[in-house]
Amino acid sequence: MSIGASVPRDRAKRLLLGRGQFVDDIQLPRMVHLAFVRSPYAHARIEAIGTAEAMALPGVIAVYTADDLEAAVSSWRPEHKLFPTMAAPEQFALAKGTARWQGEAVAAVIAESRAQAEDGAEQVAVTWHELPAVTDANAALAPDAPILHDDMTSNLAFTTEVVAGDVAVAFGQAAHVVEEHFRFHRHSGVSLEPRGIIAEFEPGESRLTVHQSHQTPHQQQDLYARLMGLPEHKVRVICPDVGGAFGLKHHLMADELVACVAARLSGRPVKFIADRLESFLADIHCRDHEVHARMAFSAIGEILGIEVDDLFNAGAYGQYPRTSIAEGNQITRLTGAPYRHEHYRAGLRMAFLNKSILGHIRSVGHPIACAVTERLVDMGATELKLDPIEIRRMNYLADDDFPRTSSGGVDFENLSFNGCLDKAVEMFDVPAFRAEQANLRNEGIYRGIGIATFVELTAIGPEYYGEGGQHISAQETCLLRLEGSGTVRCYTGVTDQGQGIDTGIQQVVADVMGVPLADIEVISGDSALCPVGGGSWGSRGAALGGEAAMRAARTLRGNILNIAASQLQKDPGDLTIDQGVVIDAASGTSHMAVSEIGRIGHFQPYNIPDGISADLTVVERYGSRDRMFLAGNGLQIATVEVDIDTGIVTPLRHLVVHDCGRILNPLLVREQVRGGVVQGIGAALYEELRYDEDGHLLTGSFADYLVPMAGEMPDIEVAHIETPTKTSELGAKGAGEAGTAGAVGSILNAVNDAIAPLEASIAVTPITPPRLLKALGRI
Amino acid sequence: MSTKHRRISLTVNGEAVAREVPVRLNLVDFLRHDLGFTGSHVGCEQGACGACTVVLDGQTVRGCLVLAVQADGCAVVTIEGGVDDDLREMFYTLNALQCGFCTPGMLLSSAELLRANPNPSREDIREYLSGNFCRCTGYQAIVDAVFTVAEARRS
Repeated sequence: MSIGASVPRDRAKRLLLGRGQFVDDIQLPRMVHLAFVRSPYAHARIEAIGTAEAMALPGVIAVYTADDLEAAVSSWRPEHKLFPTMAAPEQFALAKGTARWQGEAVAAVIAESRAQAEDGAEQVAVTWHELPAVTDANAALAPDAPILHDDMTSNLAFTTEVVAGDVAVAFGQAAHVVEEHFRFHRHSGVSLEPRGIIAEFEPGESRLTVHQSHQTPHQQQDLYARLMGLPEHKVRVICPDVGGAFGLKHHLMADELVACVAARLSGRPVKFIADRLESFLADIHCRDHEVHARMAFSAIGEILGIEVDDLFNAGAYGQYPRTSIAEGNQITRLTGAPYRHEHYRAGLRMAFLNKSILGHIRSVGHPIACAVTERLVDMGATELKLDPIEIRRMNYLADDDFPRTSSGGVDFENLSFNGCLDKAVEMFDVPAFRAEQANLRNEGIYRGIGIATFVELTAIGPEYYGEGGQHISAQETCLLRLEGSGTVRCYTGVTDQGQGIDTGIQQVVADVMGVPLADIEVISGDSALCPVGGGSWGSRGAALGGEAAMRAARTLRGNILNIAASQLQKDPGDLTIDQGVVIDAASGTSHMAVSEIGRIGHFQPYNIPDGISADLTVVERYGSRDRMFLAGNGLQIATVEVDIDTGIVTPLRHLVVHDCGRILNPLLVREQVRGGVVQGIGAALYEELRYDEDGHLLTGSFADYLVPMAGEMPDIEVAHIETPTKTSELGAKGAGEAGTAGAVGSILNAVNDAIAPLEASIAVTPITPPRLLKALGRI
Repeated sequence: MSTKHRRISLTVNGEAVAREVPVRLNLVDFLRHDLGFTGSHVGCEQGACGACTVVLDGQTVRGCLVLAVQADGCAVVTIEGGVDDDLREMFYTLNALQCGFCTPGMLLSSAELLRANPNPSREDIREYLSGNFCRCTGYQAIVDAVFTVAEARRS
């Protein structure tokens, strides 16, 4: 069996030789380079743009402004029909009339070299009229706030409420109520490879070919075709090796669209590679929520009800095409998700403000829902003098509670909270930690332990974007081709940014077909070659792409056996394939190699009788029905040491128990989970896009925006239990959100546990030294 | 906006190279775009991320903080010039990479560590690799790979 085996990745061999091919590694003949003039203000009217000086520089070929692009590309509005009242302001490829965040592109310069393009951008003379900026949701929603968009009467983008039962009753009956005001600051995905694109336009056939560091080639093909008025089959988007994505590369980005338009207008291939500063300024951002929440308990510690209000600091526009709603939506839907409570109310207010667009980055909304819930549970445990583990056991949804629609309105098929906790306490001797913690406190050393239980929503179904009106495929398709030599090419609609889904799919095909792994190559990331699919985001690759591959492999196997049976005068049902050889299913006797079938099927088809299914190129698809998500779950235990003099938090032991259904490849899943944890620890302790009150970014480099490096990070133990979904044959759920989903909550709880003896608490992330010292009353 | 140029001669991965380069051109851009050695990557251009790590006269440097003209007369080795096979194989076996963008820098830094310290602790490895940002892995598989290679070399 290959499924479930820890198989290393073929693609890694090339990457380890330095022979990956990332977008910036590609050079095309007569290619030019694109640099942007970006707004230095968070909010300003563009009164004039002078281009003459830039045009006079050596190497500069063209300078484009919004007016120059108007005839060549449409604007867009991020609408979602499931949220019909959400505001969807119009956005243009280059800011038209008004710039609404610092870093929004207002002019584009193409030149023979990148350096010359940057020289040109410096010489573009923009006459600005600075406007008052709103930089947080409270200010944005104030009655006298400046309004970002002319066709809106306020900055309120959306408001909604999720209600189950009656929280007034729950809180009225409560013996204990805990309440906290949280602030989760803004950060981003920060892939090491910045966003990048090369666009090439062939005017004879009006053909646009794009090489792009992106997660969703088919989505981009559709968007570029529609926005630029091209027939879709003349647009091809190729995603070569992608240097990390984490959600920030599955959107339409205005600056990337400009590269496509510039290629058409100039007739030359155009390359745009974001530098680090413009990545921080203009990438999709995430989080930035202010959450007020409270939890009602019975006298013995049962959770009776939860109330949560999320103030969502969105960006200057809605993210396109998905919109920005999901992070707020997940917070309102997932808070309290692991627990059995009947009364729930979650309110959401989302505001547009003068910062970069906020949207979907790894584990959308989950870390906040998890941290809010788990902090309140710990506060309840303290209030009730209960052990944090016991209060969780008392309130977890049990295995026989499923299937269940949560109080937040999400369908849970089969989750394993108790199983994960059992495994965690088996691995981690909590009483021993408590004893050591008590001893160390006597020495002035403050250590803490934090538990965070999470639900992980993965593999979104087609109903969400299908009904929403977006052209985003949530179905997956797999095309398999048996070559004449008996090897297999597998074309999938999912994409691989390092997760290793190519290998997972290879394993599925190998097992189902009965051919060696080495005889299969998986090809992905090309909108012209690969069957239509959604790419990789939201932990969908294994669950959807894997299932489609399983179906295609079964069909191809069947056709191979049909051909073999026709040659052997046998019943196909009596045959099977093992290690690339057709054998007798009962006796194991070898009959013929799959390579023989390839030869006959392609070169001697006249030897195959009519009327049997003998296609050696097959396509199958898989789309889930009647479910919005596949839910997985897990928990994390973090321990930290807090230096109460410096405010520095050092992560110590960290443990994850995770249930993502059937695992295709534990080697790949484990390290992907660890990577997610490290991103979550980054969010908990270091990473923040800080702005001043005028909306100017203060953290535009890695010296100011701190990311977790090897030296700060602990070893992370990862264990799995497997509760396969019964909605598919493969049984896989997604795995990519888990690490990030639980890390913030576990670290937040651990820090609070550490400082509890000092009568202090904190509810702001990242937990930076100044914030912690302030919480401790030391500054 | 200077267009001043200077002629440089150096060896890259053992091959002699002579080029006229703008004085403002940094080493990693020279290697990548003028010579086509695209194995070294550009992640921040501020010397913080380590993706552009190359070996200059036997020592790792940030290719974004060295100008091409500063490499005049030097010997430069990039990932394409080779790195210890056992290290590379262990990175493969333990999946000590995901997207592969940081990997060339990680490998060159790891190889340098093992030359300087054949018996590193896990903490030593973490400390030494703290100039190489990896956003995909949890660093653990990388630490495992370097530690395992060091162990194997000693036995």
